Amino acid sequence: MSKRSATVYWTGFSIILALLIVAPLVLPEFWRRFVTEILIWGLLAMSSDILIGYTGMVSFGHSAFFGLGMYGAAAALLMIKPPNLWLAIVYGLIGSAAVALFVAYFSTRLRDIYFAITTLIFSQIFYVVIFTWTEVTGGENGLSFRRPPLAIPGLFSVPFTSETLHWFVLAVVTASYLILRRITQSPFGMVLQSIRENEGRTRAIGYAVERYKIAAVMLSGLFAGLAGVLYAIQNRFAAPDFVYFLVSGETVIFNVMGGIGTLVGPIVGAGFFLLLREAFSRFFTEYYLIPVGVIFIAMVIFMPQGLLGFMRRWLNQ
Amino acid sequence: MEPLVAVEDVHTYYGKSHILHGVSLHVDRGEVVGLLGRNGVGKSTTLKTIMGLVHPNRGKVLFAGSQVTGLPAHKLARLGIGYVPEDRRIFRLLTVMENLRTGLDRHGVSEARKQELLDKVFAYFPVLAERRNQAGGTLSGGEQQMLAIARAMMLEPKIILLDEPTEGLMPRMVSQIRQIIDVLHRDGVAILLVEQNVPLTLEASDRVYIMEKGVVRHHAAASDLKVNDAVIHQYLGV
Amino acid sequence: MGIEQILAAIPWEKIIIQTVNGIVTGMILALIASGLTLIFGIMDVVNFAHGELFMLGAYVGVVVIATSGSFWLALIVATLVVALLGAALQITTLRPLLGRDPLTTILATFGISLVLQNYALWQFGPVARKIQEPFTGYFTLFYLEYPWYRLLIAALSAAIIGAFWLFLKYGKYGVWIRATTQDRVMAQAMGIPVPWVHTGAFAIGAGMAAASGVLFGPLVGVNHAMGLDWILKAFIVVVVGGMGSLGGSIAASIFISLLEAYASIWVSPAQAVIVSFVVLILTLLFRPTGLFVPTPK
Repeated sequence: MSKRSATVYWTGFSIILALLIVAPLVLPEFWRRFVTEILIWGLLAMSSDILIGYTGMVSFGHSAFFGLGMYGAAAALLMIKPPNLWLAIVYGLIGSAAVALFVAYFSTRLRDIYFAITTLIFSQIFYVVIFTWTEVTGGENGLSFRRPPLAIPGLFSVPFTSETLHWFVLAVVTASYLILRRITQSPFGMVLQSIRENEGRTRAIGYAVERYKIAAVMLSGLFAGLAGVLYAIQNRFAAPDFVYFLVSGETVIFNVMGGIGTLVGPIVGAGFFLLLREAFSRFFTEYYLIPVGVIFIAMVIFMPQGLLGFMRRWLNQ
Repeated sequence: MEPLVAVEDVHTYYGKSHILHGVSLHVDRGEVVGLLGRNGVGKSTTLKTIMGLVHPNRGKVLFAGSQVTGLPAHKLARLGIGYVPEDRRIFRLLTVMENLRTGLDRHGVSEARKQELLDKVFAYFPVLAERRNQAGGTLSGGEQQMLAIARAMMLEPKIILLDEPTEGLMPRMVSQIRQIIDVLHRDGVAILLVEQNVPLTLEASDRVYIMEKGVVRHHAAASDLKVNDAVIHQYLGV
Repeated sequence: MGIEQILAAIPWEKIIIQTVNGIVTGMILALIASGLTLIFGIMDVVNFAHGELFMLGAYVGVVVIATSGSFWLALIVATLVVALLGAALQITTLRPLLGRDPLTTILATFGISLVLQNYALWQFGPVARKIQEPFTGYFTLFYLEYPWYRLLIAALSAAIIGAFWLFLKYGKYGVWIRATTQDRVMAQAMGIPVPWVHTGAFAIGAGMAAASGVLFGPLVGVNHAMGLDWILKAFIVVVVGGMGSLGGSIAASIFISLLEAYASIWVSPAQAVIVSFVVLILTLLFRPTGLFVPTPK
């Protein structure tokens, strides 16, 4: 990036970060949780962007990664006393990594549409397993548990408040964003983008495309799982609904609405979608998906670059 | 009388590649016009532009005096442009009869007329009559070429665009193609012939265009070029 | 164990009953999957909303039966109405996406599926509706009273698929559809109005899905989410059968439905679906182009 645009970028970044830090102090409870939720879904959408936006692989499997992160955390929080935040994260990441490896192994040999369909089906496989294996996963009802305290063993342990939870989520999401950003700008990230541009040529140059794809799926799965862990901690339950493929679909909607291949776009998309949901719920109650769905379709047709792409072009004029 | 088909200063792109850099040519009713040039100069792209399979970024395509730039290919086919592409592209999984039917089943054509057209084409290409219920993909290269031409004839076109019809064919088939061109010419069908086979083109055509790097570089009557073949050597290296 | 003991331990009656059940479900699935395969084969569109077209067909059936009392009228009206809806959807949302990244059509049809699902929820509420069978009547199959209606479903589905196949092979527009599926560009060059062939094919696929919905309606409750399970199965069938192969998807439908039916002898139906997942995984591992298509050389 040029010096000037780098300054602009980091200034913008700092401003937004500052706003998000201050948010829980000024917003009422409902909106506080709302912003935290946007961050969590934004993280999920960011992870999905690694595949869709950077590697060019549309995945409907993110609900599985997210869900396993959630259930992994649940496992840690239920099985290990006292409930430990860091172990929850670790278990969640292991869960989602395992799923990602499984999905990656089978799906990456396929291209485009076939990949999308098989990730969707795998997502459903995990849903069915979780839904029916009631003894372990609580089946339909899911699992509920207590929120772990924010603790560094041996130093301190303080239960989360609404504000501190928000800051913790913000810290995790910001760190994830910076890590992912670093990765997409690294040589590895460049190879991924080259795969998106022209897979055949990338392969011809000599890159082991399959290995990069598997790595991309694992990377994506890890951060999706992290989002699942955060969600579990915030809401104190894990339910199979989140593993249903519709969640993957909504994730893809966030990506498209915000702008794929931008990392920030998906967060914006998540925010936009959740705001639309709030707004339309006032008038349409639970049928908000009808107008929101129509807006989504219109955006696919007329604004395929998403909100970010649209604003970028508008600013350039 | 305005030309049957004319392209004026046409610029066509494939993605970012600028293939045609301002091509202008025309074909009059009933004429046979040749289009020569090395590989890659844009001859096939010119035919595709006329057929509406690619749309030019600049320039005009005219048919019988009216602008048809940007019209989809199926409308141009209905107007009377037949297209026989490079590598034939017959419908491999359809039978010979079904291949012909794709052109035959049009509005406003009586059953009697359809039968006439079929009889005519089977008379020119008896081998197609023999193989009428065979799948297109089972035919030999030469037979597929005949089917491709026959299929275009089903449209009763006013002009047929032929893209390298003799490529990869045995000499016996090449002369058969030569005869077909004559027959079509006699029937009053105009032909725009893209070919690598220079002698054939010079014999069959009334006029010839020579293209190089996306533009028309030379234009003359075929009879002139037969005598003055230095131009041919210059642009085609043969 | 001796042979007689092994033979006695096999639940023959259940197997035969499940064979019949498997074929019935398989034929419905085949009807749904055929429409999906047709749409994918001709225009490379993965129609995520296909399950919702199935669901809407069932709901139109509910409405028509409520007003007229005739199942057969419901079947015809549902097929026509949803076919028209399909054509309208294709023209408004899919035509503008022609030539773009195929990913966009997955997204657009996914969006359509969300809208249609919630629309149905809004109009009809969450309580399942019932479609009455056109006739009741059982015959005795071992210890079961097996409804004739179920056999009718299988027969009708087979008839519809058969009629469709005949249309493709011999009908004038059938040739257009086959030509367009094979080579869209040359079909255009032959004067075939390819955009309208696409619309027509989508409408036919939609109509077939709707017919399945009405036929299947009496077996289960009609509700807004009924399309979801079927779309998943249909996708599996299309991949296992070989994408774009009509014969393959029909064979795969029956194959998978039979396996699931047999599995339900021993496990719950909710778990029996794992069978289809396993088949998919095995297909992807060993014959990724499809179980029922010849491996490309």
